Amino acid sequence: MGMTLGEKIIARAAGVSSVKPNDIHTVTLDRMMSNDGTTHLTVDMYHNKLKNPRIADKDKVVFIMDHNVPAENPKTAEAHKKMRNFAKENGIKLYEGQGVCHQIMMEDYVCPGELIFGADSHTTTYGALGAFGTGVGCTDFLYAMTTGTSWVMVPETLRFNLHGQLREGVYARDLILTIIGDIGANGANYKIMEFAGDGASNLSIDERIVLCNLTVEAGAKAGIVEPDEKVVAYCKERGRKAEFMFKSDEDAQFAAVYDYDLSKIEPVVVRPDFVDNFDTLANVSKEKIAIDQAFVGSCNNGRLCDLRAAAEVVKGKKIADTVRFIVAPASNEVYIEALKEGVITTLMEAGAMIMNANCSVCWGSCQGVIGENEVLISTGTRNFKGRSGHPSSKVYMASAATVAASAVAGYITGVESVK
Amino acid sequence: MSKVYKFGNDVDTDQIIASQYLLLPDIEAMKGYTFESLSPSFASEVKEGDLVVANENFGCGSSREQAPSVLKALGVKAVIAKSFARIFYRNSINIGLPVIVCKELYDAVEDGGEAELDLTAGTVTAGGQTFSCTKLPEYMQNILNAGGLIASLNKEGQ
Repeated sequence: MGMTLGEKIIARAAGVSSVKPNDIHTVTLDRMMSNDGTTHLTVDMYHNKLKNPRIADKDKVVFIMDHNVPAENPKTAEAHKKMRNFAKENGIKLYEGQGVCHQIMMEDYVCPGELIFGADSHTTTYGALGAFGTGVGCTDFLYAMTTGTSWVMVPETLRFNLHGQLREGVYARDLILTIIGDIGANGANYKIMEFAGDGASNLSIDERIVLCNLTVEAGAKAGIVEPDEKVVAYCKERGRKAEFMFKSDEDAQFAAVYDYDLSKIEPVVVRPDFVDNFDTLANVSKEKIAIDQAFVGSCNNGRLCDLRAAAEVVKGKKIADTVRFIVAPASNEVYIEALKEGVITTLMEAGAMIMNANCSVCWGSCQGVIGENEVLISTGTRNFKGRSGHPSSKVYMASAATVAASAVAGYITGVESVK
Repeated sequence: MSKVYKFGNDVDTDQIIASQYLLLPDIEAMKGYTFESLSPSFASEVKEGDLVVANENFGCGSSREQAPSVLKALGVKAVIAKSFARIFYRNSINIGLPVIVCKELYDAVEDGGEAELDLTAGTVTAGGQTFSCTKLPEYMQNILNAGGLIASLNKEGQ
């Protein structure tokens, strides 16, 4: 029996010729990433719980400070100090304030066919380059860092055949929010979401990131786009080799197969407080829901194409005086490019606040936190109750263009109404 | 008998422990904020040996291990749900918090009611009815029995 793309990655990491769903294998990890959301706890466990503390291969480990950067209070500063010191003592590469962890990993590390553990749920992002990235807790991370290995129960694969192209004004963000709306917040629980077909090839790497990043919101263990020449070019441009370009065999077994015609996807607004609380922008905009804050950024939607889309909408206009418009580029690389292109100037002239590259409003703990009963429209990854501030506040999710249009109007609306 | 704290569908990790508390120095400092937005009195009321019972997809969202850790630190004996989100499930086993899949219990017990979990037999009893729980694969059961992944690593002598 043939294997799926994800099964092939696990088989490679396990050093076996084939695997099948529900098998448990010991795997050698290609890379491990941890950020400041949990690393201080990992460091404590390393010192206090391990009988034989050691690091199997420090060159496979990356630490990235992105959640509460720069530190917003003395307790965070202490947690950061712990992480910083541990990295220094053990020769681990540390990024501090360079960008959101997943964007840094994409820019500097991920290669197709790799099996990567990240102590962050959105590690599924790495499937944009044909890798198997999955989120783990700090105990799993510690075990992996210590032994260089871990265990994986082989998930079943859901195959998404994408056809055609997204229409102008419709984004990968709308596509993945539509898919999550269709299959539900646990529709892919413990499964791999595999994307293939001509529609997948048509998507840029940045668009594939958007797709894979949010697969965890449907419960997926990994989200992977079948790698192609765009992946090879992305890696080559950054001095990396695309060695393991796996694809599913003709006779691979999928738990389910879905078909999506990309030209039929419409702009989406997801209502609070669940990621599958799907609605169309056309419906939601009728209600003219007033907003207090708008956010463009996060590991899902803080790349150059998103900043450009937002800038195009607000160019020559002013943000509504009832709205705070916050923009956080996903990395310094993105930030610098956006500066060079004048995108940042356009956003600032319209009245946006530009943050340093970090998780920002999406994380709800460091900057741009919203107050009691306030309403946020966001390109962040989640709209859970209280995700970005007070438990009574509300988070709507949409594309960068819809967020920017809403920031100008002062209520949730599409690009057309502010033209 | 254990007291039951009942929660609904899709309880996410932000509800279990919100982002703003995750960088506190340790789990002891965080545990008082458990379920702060969903059930503000939970952290002060819950007693050693109590049970958390939930509907589908418990623990969805982030990979924060602080979520199962605060429940364990408060003395929660086990979380029993119709289904779990995968990272929460794995994290719970890794830290030695029993996570039990049982389809029937949710509808057979009220919030504040009582249930008796027999971990060895793999059964849970409430309102005079006894239900079987889904068995963990042996590999995971061994991690749980060892007291979690780190205890099991230390045992391997690695």
